[in-house]
Amino acid sequence: MGVIGMNIKFLLAKITVIFSLTIAFISIPLYGEKVNAFSNQIIQHGAIGDDVIELQSRLQYLGFYNGKIDGVFGWQTYWALRNFQYEFGLPIDGLAGTKTKNKLVSASKYNEKFVKEQINRGKKFTHYGGVDLNKQKTPSAKKGTTQTPTKKSTNKPGNNKQNVAKKPSNNGNKTSTNNKKTASNGNQAKTPATKKQTGTKNNTGSTTNKTNNTTTPNNKANNSATTNNKTNNTAATNGGEKTTGKKATAANVPNGFSQNDIQLIANAVYGESRGEPYIGQVAVASVILNRIDSVSFPNTVSGVIFEPGAFTAVADGQIWLTPNERAKEAVLDAINGWDPTGNAIYYFNPDTATSAWIWSRPQIKQIGKHIFCK
Amino acid sequence: MIRGILIAILTLGVAGAAFWGYQEHKEKNAILLNAENNYQRAFHDLTYQVDLLHDQIGTTLAMSSQESLSPALAEVWRITSQAHSDVGQLPLTLMPFNKTEEFLANIGDFSYKTAVRDLNSKPLSDDEYKKLKGLYTEAEDIQDELRNVQHLVLENNLRWMDVEMALATDKQMDNTIIDGLKTVEEKVEGYQETSFGVTNVNMEKKEESFSNLKGNNISKKEAEKIAKEYAGFKGSLDVKVTENGKGSDYGFYSVAIKEKKSGTEANMDITKKGGFPIWSIISREVKEQKISLNKASNEAVKFLKEHKFKNLALFESTQYENIGVFNFVTEVDGVKIYPDSIKMKVALDDGHIIGFAAEEYLKANKERKISNPVISKEDARKKINKQVTVMDDGLAIILNDLNKEVLCYEFIGTLDNDTYRIYINAENGIEEKVEKLKNAEPVYEEVV
Repeated sequence: MGVIGMNIKFLLAKITVIFSLTIAFISIPLYGEKVNAFSNQIIQHGAIGDDVIELQSRLQYLGFYNGKIDGVFGWQTYWALRNFQYEFGLPIDGLAGTKTKNKLVSASKYNEKFVKEQINRGKKFTHYGGVDLNKQKTPSAKKGTTQTPTKKSTNKPGNNKQNVAKKPSNNGNKTSTNNKKTASNGNQAKTPATKKQTGTKNNTGSTTNKTNNTTTPNNKANNSATTNNKTNNTAATNGGEKTTGKKATAANVPNGFSQNDIQLIANAVYGESRGEPYIGQVAVASVILNRIDSVSFPNTVSGVIFEPGAFTAVADGQIWLTPNERAKEAVLDAINGWDPTGNAIYYFNPDTATSAWIWSRPQIKQIGKHIFCK
Repeated sequence: MIRGILIAILTLGVAGAAFWGYQEHKEKNAILLNAENNYQRAFHDLTYQVDLLHDQIGTTLAMSSQESLSPALAEVWRITSQAHSDVGQLPLTLMPFNKTEEFLANIGDFSYKTAVRDLNSKPLSDDEYKKLKGLYTEAEDIQDELRNVQHLVLENNLRWMDVEMALATDKQMDNTIIDGLKTVEEKVEGYQETSFGVTNVNMEKKEESFSNLKGNNISKKEAEKIAKEYAGFKGSLDVKVTENGKGSDYGFYSVAIKEKKSGTEANMDITKKGGFPIWSIISREVKEQKISLNKASNEAVKFLKEHKFKNLALFESTQYENIGVFNFVTEVDGVKIYPDSIKMKVALDDGHIIGFAAEEYLKANKERKISNPVISKEDARKKINKQVTVMDDGLAIILNDLNKEVLCYEFIGTLDNDTYRIYINAENGIEEKVEKLKNAEPVYEEVV
């Protein structure tokens, strides 16, 4: 390890961390011993899939990640990963490359069976290290815990330490948690000092933010170890909905639109143009989006789609047909910036158009059966 | 005997059918009435809002202090948006009523911009006051016409359902309501251009037509060549090139290429001037994911390099199922230029580029002189909400609320579980924009 030149205190703290972690791994026989390592891809922001689930689980195990383990590499995961890279002396790039992954694998445990099972059940769960997994799944029936995670994290670190210390020897498991926490607490206290040495790349403010970020996970993990872990669950999932876990439990969605908006537009696109080529469907979706932007039309998805007389599919009820995946894909393309129409806000089918007025609009181009106009 | 039974059955049948028919008729009428009432509500609400609008503009004219002027203008803004939404509920899409909507939107923009301005340091100029006065008389005209239509509607019991029928069947449009609204529209059209000078057009989406592009006009043949090169298809191809219609603001060729063997189709628009690709989409089914998002982003970067796009930096990557979508922006000397953005779609099964969108880039990209920031990063940082933990920073050029390019410090910070991009103007320290970045959305239960 390239620790030469680092502050001695930091070095000590680090050794303690590593030491106690090693002890933790040796001493706790958790079920699901098998080490599940990542596939060899570099995981980057925006990715989805099993590797992301593993990444999140491992980061949560170490207390860096407090969000929901949902398999979507979002911002929370990104910052957790960067904090991990910072704490473990890796280059801070927010990418989970080989080095980072190896470090993660050696520093944490990932119980794939447990995680996958919980995801498939659609239950809320967490994957913190040093806590009995059975306590981290299905939330207890009691709903009375009102303490918010932010409140918790403002607790003094000393306070928490005492909490842990009070209940030392339930089993070996608990003790080692205690060990680990104390160690990382010590580590965190030293952070400002290390800053001088390593922190040339980061801006001034990161001193404070570093401490903040390391405090929160530790405290939360502490709480879960001592109090019941209901608080923990709420903290991790924001009281999210139950989800069926056949596939991923969460998905990337473009800025400014929800999945339901996309569904609604897809309904309209499918109803209007299911006989058209793919590009024609993207075009219809683009017209809807252009109308939302235009001053001459309502400013919302539903406003534009349900404007009386605007779309025949709405008038004759074809909008309520179930759209296929193609239509949804077309909508996503349109939202992400593909506009095959050249900023059109009208279109019509020359064979069936009933209004003479529509022919007076300046025409831009024809895609499939539709003519697109200004 | 049998005859008697038959007659009885038939009578019952006829009576039953009549009863059923009557029920249906009643239901249909109830539904029609319901729809009609919705239209009526929207219309009467619209006239009411225009009444309010007129009054409110009138009162602002007599005001002088910021304390009263700002809220009053904000109120104008609110009323216009209400009226705008009422218009959106009327069955007028097939009729040229959009000038009126634009008019409302323009009043809204004007009042909003003036309302949020610090009127103590920059009071209403004479020009603006004149504009406000002009708006007042124009609103009065519209109010008059609308009231007239409203009166006719009420007196003659006119129904919007008839308007819809008339519009749909295109029966000479001799409907009283249509005529009345047409008058409104013509009135608005009359003073449309005059009332909003050059200063006020910028809230409307700018219709720049690729004016920064360099190069000569290309021929159809050249367009075909470029498109083939972008699509990267092999084998025998079906190619169709069409020119843009007359209504377009700029000249372009649309090229459709079909690979005969696989049936995969690529579509692409190319500017006539210079032959730049505006967008392209290759429509094919993307199979199971084989390569990572990271690898795909490298493919995208390679593609950009091969096609001589310079100074672009990856700024966002997102995976949707088996497709990676990447957003690139120009980066010059560490300054990200957000208006210059290119989006790319990469198939995660074989790493091929299946989509390319450069419209924004082609419209915005130009030689820029990036000035040095006036205030220091530390000073800019002080302007940020104390609750936000700053994680990263940089310099960026963004389009602000007034659609102007401004140089800003960009701070990325977190607050609880959310991540924000905060832009502080590097010249005067104004907080230009705060953007909450999207978190992943939970998938709500699907019907099994």
